[in-house]
Order: sequence, then C-alpha cells, then structure tokens
Amino acid sequence: MKLFIAPLVLLLAACSADVADPQSTQPPPDEVVVLTHDSFAVSKKVLAEFTEQTGQKVKIVQNGDTGQVVNAAILSAGSPQGDVLFGVDNTFLSRAQKAGVFLDYQAPASASDLAQQAPGVTPIDTGAVCLNYDREYFADRPAPTGPADLVEPQYRDLTVVQNPATSSPGLAFLLSTVSAQPDWQQYWRDLKDNGVKVVDGWDNAYYQQFSGGSGEGTRPIVVSYSTSPAAEVMFAEDPQAPPPTANIDADCFQQVEYAGVLAGARNEAGAKQFVDFMLSRSFQDDIGSQMFVYPVVEGATVPKAFEEYAPEPTDPVVMDPEQIADGRDEWIDQWSAIME
Amino acid sequence: MLVVPVVFLLVMFVVPVAAVFRVGLETGPSQMLEVMGAGRTWQILGFTVLQAVLSTAATMLVALPAAFVLATFRFPGRGLIRALVLVPFVMPTVVVAAAFLALIGPTGALGVDLSGSVWGLVLAHMFLNIAVVIRVVGSVLATMDPRLEEAARVLGASRWTAWRRVTWPLLRPALRASALIVFLFCFTSFGVVQVLGAGQLRTLEVEIYRQTAYLLDLPAAAALSLLQLLAVVAMLAVVGNSGGARTGNAVDVARAPVGWRQRGGVAAVVVLTVVVVLAPLAIIVVRSLMIDGRLTTVGWQMLFSQGDSTNAVDPFSAVLASLRTAGGATLLAMLVGGMAAFGLAFRGRGGWLRSVDALMPLGTSAVTVGLGMLLAFGRPPLDLRNTGLLIVLAQALVAIPFVVRVLAPALSGFDRRYLDAAAVLGRSPVRALAGVAVPLLLPAVVVAAGFAFAVTIGEFGATVFLASPADPTLPVAISRLLARPGEVTVAAAYAASAVLMLITAAVVVGMDRVRLSRAVAF
Repeated sequence: MKLFIAPLVLLLAACSADVADPQSTQPPPDEVVVLTHDSFAVSKKVLAEFTEQTGQKVKIVQNGDTGQVVNAAILSAGSPQGDVLFGVDNTFLSRAQKAGVFLDYQAPASASDLAQQAPGVTPIDTGAVCLNYDREYFADRPAPTGPADLVEPQYRDLTVVQNPATSSPGLAFLLSTVSAQPDWQQYWRDLKDNGVKVVDGWDNAYYQQFSGGSGEGTRPIVVSYSTSPAAEVMFAEDPQAPPPTANIDADCFQQVEYAGVLAGARNEAGAKQFVDFMLSRSFQDDIGSQMFVYPVVEGATVPKAFEEYAPEPTDPVVMDPEQIADGRDEWIDQWSAIME
Repeated sequence: MLVVPVVFLLVMFVVPVAAVFRVGLETGPSQMLEVMGAGRTWQILGFTVLQAVLSTAATMLVALPAAFVLATFRFPGRGLIRALVLVPFVMPTVVVAAAFLALIGPTGALGVDLSGSVWGLVLAHMFLNIAVVIRVVGSVLATMDPRLEEAARVLGASRWTAWRRVTWPLLRPALRASALIVFLFCFTSFGVVQVLGAGQLRTLEVEIYRQTAYLLDLPAAAALSLLQLLAVVAMLAVVGNSGGARTGNAVDVARAPVGWRQRGGVAAVVVLTVVVVLAPLAIIVVRSLMIDGRLTTVGWQMLFSQGDSTNAVDPFSAVLASLRTAGGATLLAMLVGGMAAFGLAFRGRGGWLRSVDALMPLGTSAVTVGLGMLLAFGRPPLDLRNTGLLIVLAQALVAIPFVVRVLAPALSGFDRRYLDAAAVLGRSPVRALAGVAVPLLLPAVVVAAGFAFAVTIGEFGATVFLASPADPTLPVAISRLLARPGEVTVAAAYAASAVLMLITAAVVVGMDRVRLSRAVAF
C-alpha cells in the first residue's frame, strides 16, 4: 500500500510547490500579508514605494466580498490567515471586533472624527450608497430627488434595489431609510406597493435590471454607489461622451472602510507599518482611481471625473458601527417580513 | 487499493462537514432543530427538489437524441460538436447566467422574461449539463456493438424485444449515472439560482450561502447542510446507484447516415443541439465585440492592457494559472479516483463506497465544504489555508466522482485474459500493459480526464472561504472585471469569458483526437 501512497504524497507536494510555497504559512518577517475583498486594488508602483521605504514586501490575498472576508476572519480569530485586514466597513466592524479579530491599533495619522467612531482600527476611505438614475429615460421627465419620491405613482415599477440580507449596498440603503424616513417600515410597504423590484446583489441589480449605462435592464432607478456615474464615464468607449447615469445626492449612506492589524499576526510590526502607509499621500492619492471610493485624508487627489460626476455627497446619512450592530439583525428581519 | 481514496474522502470531505455540524451543535442545538422544523425550510427544500427534477428531465430530453446521433452516425463536423457541447459545462455560472439573462431576461433577445421563474433555471441547467449526458451515455452508445442487437434479430427477436433485452440493459447504467450527476448538480446549483432567480427563488444552496457568508448563523447553516445531506442520501437510497458508465472497447462503430430519413433526423438533432449550445455562447462573443449596437474591440483591448494595478489580471498568466490548478486537480483526481475505480473493479469489494460516498461531494454544498475546511484545517498543526493547496484538493474532490463513474465500469469490463494471452505470446508484463491494456482502457481514461479537467477549469463548485494566494485564474478575472460599472469593462469580462471558452474547446478537441487516433491504431 505504501507504494500507492508515496506517489500521492509526492503529487501533493508537487502541487503545493506549484501553487505556493508550503513554507509560506510561516512567512519571513519581511512580508506583510493583507487579507481583503475582491474589489481591493492599488497601483503596483505604490506598493513598490512601501517596499522601498520599509524593506517589507506585500502579499495581497483576496477572498470574496466583504461579508465573506470578515466572516472568514471571525472564524479564524486568533489564528489569522494574514497580518492586516482591509475592507471591513461600518456595517461589519462591530461583529469583527466583538469576535476579537483585531489587535487594538489605530494609525497616528488617522482622520479625527471618523477615527473616534471606530477605536482600534484605522479608517482608510469612505464610499456612499446612493440612488442612480438613467439620464436618457429622465431626459424629458423629472427624475426623483431622493428616496422619498420613489413611493410616488409616477415612479411606479421603475426602481430596483438589493436585498439587505445578501447585499452590502442593499443593507446600506435599508439603513439609510431607517435613519432618514419618518416611518421606515411604512416607507417600505409603500415602496412594495409601488412595484419596487428586489434582487440578491449589486451585479444583478445594476447589470441585469437597471436600464442606464452598462445596465441591460428595464428599470431606470437603481441603488448603487455615488461614484458609479464616474466609472461609467471613465470606462466608456468614448470617455468624452456625456455620462449615461447620474446619482441623486439625497440620503446617501456613508460606508467607511477600515484597516486593522489582525490579532495573532505573525508580522505585527510590518502590519502596523502597512496600516500607517495606507494613510500616506501616495496611497490616498491612488485610492479614488483604483477603488472608486473617496480617500479619508484631506486634500488627497481624486480622478477628474469624480469632481464632475461623482462629488462626495453633501449630507450623507452617517451611522456609527455600534448603532448598526445593535439594530441590523432586527431591521433585516422586519424588512423581510414586510417584503416577502 | 481502496485505502487511499477512502482516506482522501475521509480527510477532505467527512472531517470538514463534520466540523460544521459540530460547531452548529455546540453553538445552538435548539436553533438547529428550530430551523429544521420551520415551514419555510421545507418550502425551500421542496422547491430545490422540484427545480432539480425539472432540470434533469429537460436535460435528458434534449441530450439523449444528441447523444444517440453523435454516437451512431458519422458526419462532417462531428468532432467539433462533441467538443462544443462540453464548453457550457466549464463556463463560470456567473457568465452563463448573464448570457441567459441576455436571452431570456427583462430585455432578452427572445422577448420573454423568464428571470425569477423556475423555467429560466431549467433552461440554464439544461445548457450547463447537456454535456454530462451526451458524454456519459454517448461513450456507451459509441462503443456498443451493433452486432449484438443484430444477433438477437437473427435469432427471431422483434425489433422492440431486441432493443429491450439487449440494448436497454447495456444502456441503463449510463442513463442512471448521468441523470444522477445532473440531478445532483442542479440540486446544489448556486450561481445560476443567484442570478436567474432574481432574488425570488431560494434553493437550499443559496440559503446555506446566505446564512454562512453573510449572516454567519452557523447553527442555521449546519441545520440546512444536514438537511441537504440527508436529502441526497435518501435520494441515492431510493433511486439506487450501483451502476456507472460503461466504456469498453475502443471500436468506433459510428456509420454514415443512410437514406433521407436518417439524414434528415441527424440534421434536425444536430441543428437543435448546436442552437441550444451555441446561442448563449454566441451571445458571449457578441457582447465582447458590441457596445450599443456598434462593433468595437475596446473590450478586448482593455482585457490585454489593464494597467499598473494589483487588481489587473494579465490574461496570459490567468490562462496559465487556470491550466495549472486544473491540471493539478485533474492529476490528483485521476490518481485517487483511479485507485478507487481499480479497487472497486478488481476486488469487488467496497460497493458501499460506490453506492453513496463517492457521489456525496457532488450533492453537498460547496459552501459547507469550504466552511468546514476553514474550521478543520485552520489551526496548527494542519494549517493549509494559505498554501493554495486546499483549492486544488477541493476541486479534485468534485472531480473524483466523475473519474470513478467512468473508470470503474471500464476496468471491470476489461478482460484480463488479454494480458495472459500477451504473456503467453512472450510479452513482458510492462509491454503487455502498454501494448494491450493501455489502448483498451485509454478511451475511458481520456473521457474521465476530460471531465475532471472540465470540472476543475470552470471552478465548478468553487469553494467559498478558501482564499488563494496564487495568481488569479480566468473565472476570478471575470468576476473582478464585473465588479464595477462601465460598458468597456463589461465587454472585457465577456472577452475573458470567450478566452475561457476557446481554451476549453481546444483542450477537449485535443483530447478527443488522442482518443480517436489511438482507437484507430488499435
């Protein structure tokens, strides 16, 4: 029998050598492993700058969306798969911190007000979940001015949103209604009566149901990000053409993304250096064009299309992580009871 | 011989799944019971079974005539079509679902909106799984000696009796095996339901994902996984699962169609198959080249020049990464699955392994396995998480059932007296194996490897929670491109899908050539 086990072991060894060095489970202290979601992006030359400054290399490990990354980190709290976790947002932060995922560390250069809401981690960027609309459809009729309008008869069957139980923009939109509508449960009942369509996730809502821009659907109003119109312009065949979509600057929900040092990190010192580096000018200047979010550091540059088509929302709904953690599950249950 | 596969299944499947149940029991046993008793849960289970049954029926309906024609008749383009039908099987389900939405979605090319209805799911599942039936049943039909049925006729049997007493018994195991595999795939289907279900259709798999990856409600996830597992065991017990596909000798018995009726029938089936398979694939290519109704190559340009970002995926290295992972997993599946098949065929023992356990990984949630692996292998001394090895192992786990199903019957059908004869004629054992056994068994080996490769390169049942530090593969590249809006990024995602499609077709055509040339040589 050994005869048959030997080649198997050899093959396993060969495979692992092929895919990654098995020794990488114990990285040399000159490498920082960053766990993050699939939307993370940074210019390679910015990472090279970090390596030049500190002598530390950076390994990026991406593993699904924010929910998956955070939940995987919670399940391996204390024995993490990396040194830094980037991308936990204000809707997930409390759950992660309660599970003991993070070492208490905040970069000295942290932006003050956002940082005060989230001790123990470092705010890196903000995004905003807003209503987007199809400019062509609303060329000769009034576009809605905010979520409150969507229950009006003239917007019947025009809106698509995401399920807050399965989608992060969906949850953000629900939270914005909880905070901004006088009676949010009645609001959703009215929305349902007015023919709102609920789908599982952002991809489906935007590409398959939404009619504007790169959407292929029939509904001209969608829950998306404040920067989506800028992306539509920057990734259009003709970047000079007018934007096909626009966002509505009303009751946008502010999402804050944090970086934290993982408890039990093998390279704690390097992890702290990398979190500090994420607040440096070069990293912050890079964030807008790479991830389509707004840098937290005052004065950091953003792509030109942001200024024209995706300015930061003027008065977003801001909820602190603790408040979200306390209410989230109950709100989702109540929402499900209304909508299903 | 069976020890290795049994240990592999035990470590890679039983231990992780057990870890999920253990955590569920530890954190909320009463909650588990509550979930399992809830009316909603049973509704979801009912719908899951219903859509899987409908999908399997539809798949068999379309695939069987195609399998018959492809196996029985020789006609121009046959090899190409055989390869073509395998392409849907490896497409990432996200892309398949998107292609179907383009056909039968709210603004679909066909003018009917089937998203959110069970029929949309059925169509997409049929498209994805048609290859399973055509390949498994076809490989039996293709090697079925027509002289058997002719002999029965000569001995006085009616045409119907000859078919019922001779052909049907030979065919039945393959039919049952392929229907079972298709059913299990539809039963645990995830991406298609996510996208085409439009948030209204819930299957167990989607619900397990929601509870695990989003709500982190482990007792609920454990309860649903347990239910899924029990349903599969019950199904296998009722339907029975003793057979397997039988691919025996390497004689290609296909003949040219004779007369206008045969020619017309062949043409009709070929056209139908090509339309069913090609329409969604064509949509993908068209979408990669069209923006707003205009022909353009900007999507392809973007795919090949994504700039200086960590998120940019170079299509060449993505292709290499895909081939590397799929190659490793295929080798592993062939080795472990081959040992299992060998043990089953020559020892005649371990029927229990074949009857239930070898198919279990197909009927189990990829989310559960991924979660279980994270729980089971996430702590020292066995911390495999960051090696990328878990991905290869998880892919091999899904591919092994195919390998066993195809190889075991071929091995048991192999007459060892051929080897004895070769020995008597003075051949050394090695030369006897190489000269006699290899050509005889090669078709089955190639079919098995082809399936394993297809399963693994499409990252079928790609496992949630298993991070890979390796280079991104093509399916990963596609999902990254689709993560932000913009008409050019969407075109680039479709272009990447087209690349995946072409590579698969090329590999499968290549494998078929090996098989046919060796068969002729023999």
